[in-house]
Amino acid sequence: MLIIKDLHASVEGKEILRGINLTINAGEVHAIMGPNGSGKSTLANVLAGNTNYEVTKGEVTFNGKDLLEMSADVRAKEGLFLSFQYPVEIPGVSMINFLKTAVNESRKYHQLKELSAGDFLKVMREKKELVQIDSQLTNRSVNEGFSGGEKKKNEIFQMAMLEPKLAILDETDSGLDIDALRIVANGVNLLKKPENATIVVTHYQRLLDYIVPDHVHVLYKGQIVKSAGKELVLELEEKGYDWIKKELGE
Amino acid sequence: MDNQNTLINEVTDRDYRFGFVSDIATDSIPKGLSEEVVRIISAKKEEPEFMLEFRLKAYRKWLTMKMPDWAQLTIPEIDYQDIIYYAAPRQQPKYESLDEVDPELLSTFAKLGIPLEEQKMLAGVAVDAVMDSVSVKTTFKENLAELGIIFCSFSEAVKHHPDLVQKYLGMVVPPNDNFYAALNCAVFSDGSFVYIPKGVRCPMELSTYFRINAKNTGQFERTLIIADSDSYVSYLEGCTAPMRDENQLHAAVVEIIALDRAEVKYSTVQNWYPGNKEGVGGIYNFVTKRGLCKGEYSKIYWNQVETGSAITWKYPSCILAGDNSVAEFNSVALTNNYQQADTGTKMIHLGKNTKSTIVSKGISAGHSSNSYRGLVRVAAKAENARNYSQCDSLLLGDHCGAHTFPYIEVGNQNSVVEHEATTSKIGEDQIFYCNQRGISTQDAIGMIVNGYAREVINKLPMEFAVEAQKLLQISLEGSVG
Repeated sequence: MLIIKDLHASVEGKEILRGINLTINAGEVHAIMGPNGSGKSTLANVLAGNTNYEVTKGEVTFNGKDLLEMSADVRAKEGLFLSFQYPVEIPGVSMINFLKTAVNESRKYHQLKELSAGDFLKVMREKKELVQIDSQLTNRSVNEGFSGGEKKKNEIFQMAMLEPKLAILDETDSGLDIDALRIVANGVNLLKKPENATIVVTHYQRLLDYIVPDHVHVLYKGQIVKSAGKELVLELEEKGYDWIKKELGE
Repeated sequence: MDNQNTLINEVTDRDYRFGFVSDIATDSIPKGLSEEVVRIISAKKEEPEFMLEFRLKAYRKWLTMKMPDWAQLTIPEIDYQDIIYYAAPRQQPKYESLDEVDPELLSTFAKLGIPLEEQKMLAGVAVDAVMDSVSVKTTFKENLAELGIIFCSFSEAVKHHPDLVQKYLGMVVPPNDNFYAALNCAVFSDGSFVYIPKGVRCPMELSTYFRINAKNTGQFERTLIIADSDSYVSYLEGCTAPMRDENQLHAAVVEIIALDRAEVKYSTVQNWYPGNKEGVGGIYNFVTKRGLCKGEYSKIYWNQVETGSAITWKYPSCILAGDNSVAEFNSVALTNNYQQADTGTKMIHLGKNTKSTIVSKGISAGHSSNSYRGLVRVAAKAENARNYSQCDSLLLGDHCGAHTFPYIEVGNQNSVVEHEATTSKIGEDQIFYCNQRGISTQDAIGMIVNGYAREVINKLPMEFAVEAQKLLQISLEGSVG
């Protein structure tokens, strides 16, 4: 589904990603872990098409198409979803209007009929239950005045509405208490399908107790320095990232 | 940052959507302004003596006045002798049915999406369409007449209701008020007249579409709305203008008078030709709009969405003379490319317990300049007056400017005046967030701007609100891409 080859990217002239190689198949959950500043969020943003990051080298194919050629909105319509680490507030734009536009833009892109207001509200009701999001929130402006936990729930709710092929969860656990974490993880698990894939970006293991990864990668100084199965999570938790650094001879 | 700017430049680069010129035979008088021209205009319109006197007095006053230069505007020199002051569509007689109307004119309205008759009738809106200067068709007059409501062109009002015109014309905006108002008083060609009798609630939105059409013709509209005691009316004014290279002067005057417990809502969507991307051409919109809350408990609301004109100089104001009267000014002003706007309001509190609210939302893009200028004056005898002002500015890109000039004068101890102001920028992160959900940058900008302006747009009558939302989006298309 996603093939990343020798991806290099920089921000304001500073190279952050220094040759990422990664292949993700449908049905898989990949965890990308690593200490702060290792480039995890950069990778998530580069894949989503944030123009603040400049790709200097490498290629990425998404379902056989050149991902880097696409603008951010086309990537989204092709089925790539990013759950933001820090979701932004958009005052005055109601959540309903925002989501309806997003859903229908995607449907138009795939030459499907736009959802009527009634159908849309019906789908919304179903998905709301999935992440146990308060109805009040969807009546407010996008993320405006939401608590940290509400914002994260709202991200997963949007994911449920948009049904992406590839979801990238960027530090979705940060700012969540244990109950919210469980709800969010549960939502992600319910949305899992054999034809979809998930990338979980995190530097704690706790989210991975709930969303169990098939593959775990450690990102360090812009490169994947170790890949293994889910047992790596426990090892990291036990030994910390210093262990990786030592292994690398630092 | 550069990315966003490129983006913004692209959306703002979009061409004006409603630019076209219709080819209609026009009966004009030669260029220039003199006492003779004023007399010709009055004579052509077969006006009574008092109108000629009104015009001449204004003209003589105008000769002694100068163009105001205090606004945050750069106005090229205007040669007032190079303007045609009167033009009327050649076919003077009024028509019984639409079949008799010049098809070119009808197609012009169609292009603008103005359904002059059936659609509007179904929508319950009476339209007094002003093409250049003379009213072409007035609908619904009879239905309204049954209620005693007068809704007609200004010329007709002068002919059929001279007493009302004589009593109220110039009561709120006198001929010596300012340079442009004096000019308007001297040469105004036509406009709309509304009178709502005592206790009558006007059952439909009254609307007028103005459109500048004859080449080189300044448009000097005159609107007079009188709401008698305990009456209510909602009036809509909307306009688009054809693509033009040379600048056109537009100096309209709108007067509103609300008597005891009367309520008047005046909504405007203004979309005159703003000039091209390089700032060439476009309308000069120098308008004087003022309402007088004459009676106790009277209410006047100004709601406006301004996206057009090369230069806008406009301050729809209210004089709160009656005790317990209420006034509101709700405005969205959008400037793009090289547009300049200096707009705002004046709230003059004279009566006791008077209340005014100002909500101004400025949006600047491209190389434009957008200023809010507002005055809140509370007279000594206006006890317990209240004002709340909120002035927000939204910037797109970093070549545009936003300015706020609030003036507050309070003459007593028990009045409360509040002023809040914010300036913000559309964030790159907001746009990316929308992009990531599959919403294109252009749609994202439209959505964010409409969200920002929602508070004001919600005050507009339904059909206008939809139009205004589209207009904001269209006006910014090309400013981000």
